[in-house]
Amino acid sequence: MLITALSLPEQVVLTLAALILLSSFLLLAQVRLDSLINIFALQGLLIFFATVLMAFISGKYHLLISAALTLLLKVFFIPGQLRLLVIRLDIRREVEVVGNPSLVMLFAAALVLFSYYVAMPIRELSLLSTRNTIAISLAVVLIGMLMVISRRKAVAQVVGFMSMENGLIFAAVVSTYGMPMVVELGIAFDVLVAVILFGVFFFHIRAEIGSLDTDRLNHLTEVEK
Amino acid sequence: MNALSATLIFPLLGIIILALIGHRKSAKHVNLVICTSTFVAALLLAIEIFQQGPMLSGNKLFYIDGFNVYLILLNAFVGMTTAIFSGPYMEHEVAIGRVGDGRMRLYYSMYQGFLFTMLMALSTNNLGILWVSVEGATLATVLLVSLYRTHESIEAGWKYFIICGVGISQALFGTILVYFAAVRTIPIPEEGLLWTVLQKHAGQMDAGVLSLAFVFLLVGYGTKVGLVPLHNWLPDAHSEGPTPMSAILSGLLLNIALYAVVRFKMLVDPALGNHLAGNLMMGFGMLSFSVAGLLLHRQYDIKRMFSYSSIEHMGLMTFAFGIGGPLATFGALLHMIVHSLTKSAIFITVGQATHISGTQKMSQIRGLIRTQPFVGWGLLIGTCAIAGFPPFGVFTSEFLLFTATIKSYPWLAPPLVLGLSVAFAGLFRNLQPMVFGEPPLDQKPIVANMWPVFVHLVLVLWLGISIPTVLAQWLNQATIMLVGKGVL
Repeated sequence: MLITALSLPEQVVLTLAALILLSSFLLLAQVRLDSLINIFALQGLLIFFATVLMAFISGKYHLLISAALTLLLKVFFIPGQLRLLVIRLDIRREVEVVGNPSLVMLFAAALVLFSYYVAMPIRELSLLSTRNTIAISLAVVLIGMLMVISRRKAVAQVVGFMSMENGLIFAAVVSTYGMPMVVELGIAFDVLVAVILFGVFFFHIRAEIGSLDTDRLNHLTEVEK
Repeated sequence: MNALSATLIFPLLGIIILALIGHRKSAKHVNLVICTSTFVAALLLAIEIFQQGPMLSGNKLFYIDGFNVYLILLNAFVGMTTAIFSGPYMEHEVAIGRVGDGRMRLYYSMYQGFLFTMLMALSTNNLGILWVSVEGATLATVLLVSLYRTHESIEAGWKYFIICGVGISQALFGTILVYFAAVRTIPIPEEGLLWTVLQKHAGQMDAGVLSLAFVFLLVGYGTKVGLVPLHNWLPDAHSEGPTPMSAILSGLLLNIALYAVVRFKMLVDPALGNHLAGNLMMGFGMLSFSVAGLLLHRQYDIKRMFSYSSIEHMGLMTFAFGIGGPLATFGALLHMIVHSLTKSAIFITVGQATHISGTQKMSQIRGLIRTQPFVGWGLLIGTCAIAGFPPFGVFTSEFLLFTATIKSYPWLAPPLVLGLSVAFAGLFRNLQPMVFGEPPLDQKPIVANMWPVFVHLVLVLWLGISIPTVLAQWLNQATIMLVGKGVL
């Protein structure tokens, strides 16, 4: 199928999906915390645009509420909260060394291929205008997971975690025009509480080990010390 | 209907009330009163369901049937008995200066929050809300795991948060896929996450999407069940948090996650028409069961040891649901109850034992039976029960499961027996010196309320000898829902 055969709004949604995936790669590679948070906010903004567009394509205007939630949480509240924490913990300029970045990037590329492979049966079934988007949202989820695994700094892990959440919201928006409203509100509430708890944890971890380097949280083992 | 609202409203109010007064001396009584009210409401709900059959609330948000009603009752009951234990236990922790006022407020408030999210997860009819509640249960407990603010407890809390958070995100992806398959087949797409609607149309949903969804759901909720290799958080969270928390985490939370997996299995099976979901569950279950049994031998911390025993039992239940015949399913449903009751009794006893000896290290816990016979006997009998000795209920359910295995998969019976004996050896090699060894000279008995343990063990004994008709009916009803035919 040619991309030009699609209507203009659909083409824009596909472009947005590609940009969201690109922002996931940027998150994975970015070593400076303040830039990391900015890219995360940008990803949220892209999802906001995609959601608004989907609302107009499908004519399901309840999606606008979910778009507003995304804008509030993912573009303003969470990045704002993280920025505040980073400033209060005075680690704004901190640079993190990612162990073997090229390998991590290659792995992420493999994850994208894997997502397309996994999403094959779904793409064939889909009657929706946006077909690639499920594969891309799965890739965003998996790359977020890779980020949680490969990063050592607690803040970067949280950004990875939240970008997984972004992938999930995007999947819901493009595959089923959002979830039922009560579920969306519930998810938003959980995310909100999670961010607050993460903030609390940053201070506890810092107070205990003097930094946010989670590699140093290594006391619990199977053998007695 | 009123009983159901009461069951949910009491703990919800408890969150707020105890957040305000949790540091006072009276908080433990308030906590107990709220838990008891919840239990009474759950009991009334159970009676209502028993008399009138499955109930769907007016707004279709809640659905109670034979499968979840007994879990709700179990939840409220264990919540109540653990509250009896938690009062003096936490007072002792305050007295030795491990926690202050603010954290006591957090503790009591989140104790109720945890019970609320679990009751919500069980009673809801909406699979999306189920996810939100299970995630909510993680959020409620994560600060309780790190309550003592030691290096180890913060590490355990962070690990719990990240691993369970990442895991449960996979389950949300699975839920979205189920919704995706549903909106195409059911008449009103907005109802695409309602269990009652999905169940009616389960056979028509797309098999490819649902099998993919189930993999994500099993990995996601399986993380919370504690299935190997996703179990890493579990022993840490159980060993570092306060003991009442370990009791309800082990006894209740793991059950809820498994409940979620089984609910989805009920949707996936008719759509796929094959045994894929069951095979996956059997594989994961067997792996968890065997690995946890072996790891039991390497433990030095008493709470870690019993949390590995929880992984072992959850593995066994997952395996049993995976086999899927009426006998295995009935056994697994029964095992959920007896494991909860026994494991929470054990954790309560362990809590007393660690207060007597002042440490969680098994090499330093000695001679409990001489210092305080009740605690020593409690630990001994509890461990006998969990290891599957007759005449306790765990024996009954494991026997049912074993019979079913021999019937459908005879070649799996030897590893099952081997696993059970390895786990048995792992428990008793450590238990023997703790109960019978020579107590240290300055070891003194403490004020311990052993009533909850006694009640739990008597119930487990009762279930081992004769299952009450009411319960047998519910279990049978649930078995019919799960596999199409019952055992009675």
